[in-house]
Amino acid sequence: MKVLMAVSKDDIASRFDLTVEVVIIKADEGVVFPEPRELLLSEPSGDELCALAVNEAVDLVVCGGIDEVHYEYLMWKKITLIDGVVGPYREALKLLADGLLAPNTIVPAVAQ
Amino acid sequence: MFQNANLSNLLDGIPHAVVLVDKKLNVSRMNRRAEALTGRNNDDAFGIPADYILRTSLHPFPDFFNPVLQERQIVVHEGDVLDRNRKIIPVRFSISPIESNSDDLLGAMVILEDLSLAPYLQEKGAGSDAFDGIVSLNQKMQEVGEQIPVFAGTDASVLIEGETGTGKGFVAEKIHHASKRSGYPFIKVNCGALPEPLLESELFGHVRGAFPGAENNKPGMFRLADRGTILFTEIGDLPLTLQVKLLTVFDDGEFFSLGSTRKVAMKARIIAATGRDLKEMVREGQFREDLYYRLNVLRLRLPPLRERTEDIPLLIDNFVKLFSSGNLVPHFDKDARSVLLDYSFPGNVRELRNIVEHAITLSHGETMKREHLPEYLLQGIEAEKYASIWGSGKKADTHDAGGDANGRGTKWDDVEKEMIIEALRKSRGKRSDAAKMLGWARSTLYRKLKRHDI
Repeated sequence: MKVLMAVSKDDIASRFDLTVEVVIIKADEGVVFPEPRELLLSEPSGDELCALAVNEAVDLVVCGGIDEVHYEYLMWKKITLIDGVVGPYREALKLLADGLLAPNTIVPAVAQ
Repeated sequence: MFQNANLSNLLDGIPHAVVLVDKKLNVSRMNRRAEALTGRNNDDAFGIPADYILRTSLHPFPDFFNPVLQERQIVVHEGDVLDRNRKIIPVRFSISPIESNSDDLLGAMVILEDLSLAPYLQEKGAGSDAFDGIVSLNQKMQEVGEQIPVFAGTDASVLIEGETGTGKGFVAEKIHHASKRSGYPFIKVNCGALPEPLLESELFGHVRGAFPGAENNKPGMFRLADRGTILFTEIGDLPLTLQVKLLTVFDDGEFFSLGSTRKVAMKARIIAATGRDLKEMVREGQFREDLYYRLNVLRLRLPPLRERTEDIPLLIDNFVKLFSSGNLVPHFDKDARSVLLDYSFPGNVRELRNIVEHAITLSHGETMKREHLPEYLLQGIEAEKYASIWGSGKKADTHDAGGDANGRGTKWDDVEKEMIIEALRKSRGKRSDAAKMLGWARSTLYRKLKRHDI
């Protein structure tokens, strides 16, 4: 499964439409493959991110929040979405690999 | 004097979302409106960076707090937040420092003022009344407009009946905004859009561990509505088991969240809307009679557009003005106008609105001609099929139930399927646009996509 995560430094980005950092990684049940690809966009754009997700043929997008228009577009493209996720993206990936990442998850390690 | 004041009550009394943050900008406390906005409750949000909970456009978030935390200034910014329904809401942020009695800085208070309500409040301030926004020469609609302020003055439940697209949600919102509850949330629940177990949790909320997968507390729509108004759309689709629970809420004025032993008082006003004949459903045993009478204290029936054809030219002009940008207001030429005036508008006012928006977009601000209208309007045979079925006076949801003995349903199914596919083709697969073209709510389109297996 190919996963695109909208991130902000080490955390999941709170808004899909305002993010410029993206991590693309392969993950299967119980396993997260090493060497995620990190991409930096020139400016935040929900449209560009959607195009990237489609072009990269990702199966799943994880983010902290996504607006309705982009949500529906990705759903239409049969890309699964897990939004409302809060916390460090590496921890979120572990939850994903364990099959525990659901929409609106607050990753336990997030509280400062 | 107020050292022992109950902070929760104080914050809940403020008619805006309020979030208290500590010096690290982590959430300390939210009021109910903030819970409703973010979809997170206080327990879950506590200690989490506020930016992740509020999902604002203020970026980088800490920079906006520097003058507050370092110089103890009050700052105001405009921006937006992504709410629990994935809507981007324009907001005015007022951020002020919180200090102790000994002047130590404790954190900051963020007040989020929903600016999407501003145009309405301006109108209200300018002396217009609840009738604003209802464009009609039709006597029945004028009566509806006159009843809105009367209904807004009471707390009794209201049942709004009307076909799809007649403006049931719009009228419910008008009643809410004209009432003393206008400072509190207006929450819309689509009874037909969610499966029964989810709907129960959506309405009443649940506590952590109430059922497998309930990993967090969830406040539920009744709690989120607080002292505002809760609108149940497609109330006829509410499963019988939940009808009983809703009736209990009516009777007791309180409810339990799933898995909780603590009673929660129900303070919201209930408005229900339906496109189905509830009385008939009561006769058929599909809807509880006692609930019907509880809901039907005050009743409004919105006429379909085919019963108020005198309003079509007015509505066309009104929507043209609404969707025109700049000073130049385009108009329909005689030919295009006559197509519109001859059409039966099965999707009612919503469909007319979408057709006008479609034409304005395609005409690029110039005179709108026949070719700028959606294709299905011009396909005479299809329109005739469409009109013959809708024009029968049956309600929208009656058709949803399937075919009738004359095979009309099968015919309609084919036409409907074709229309959906055509709309999806034109919108290049974008379902929200396709729903607009068809004059349906998105949930209606999703339901029909599933039904037609598209």
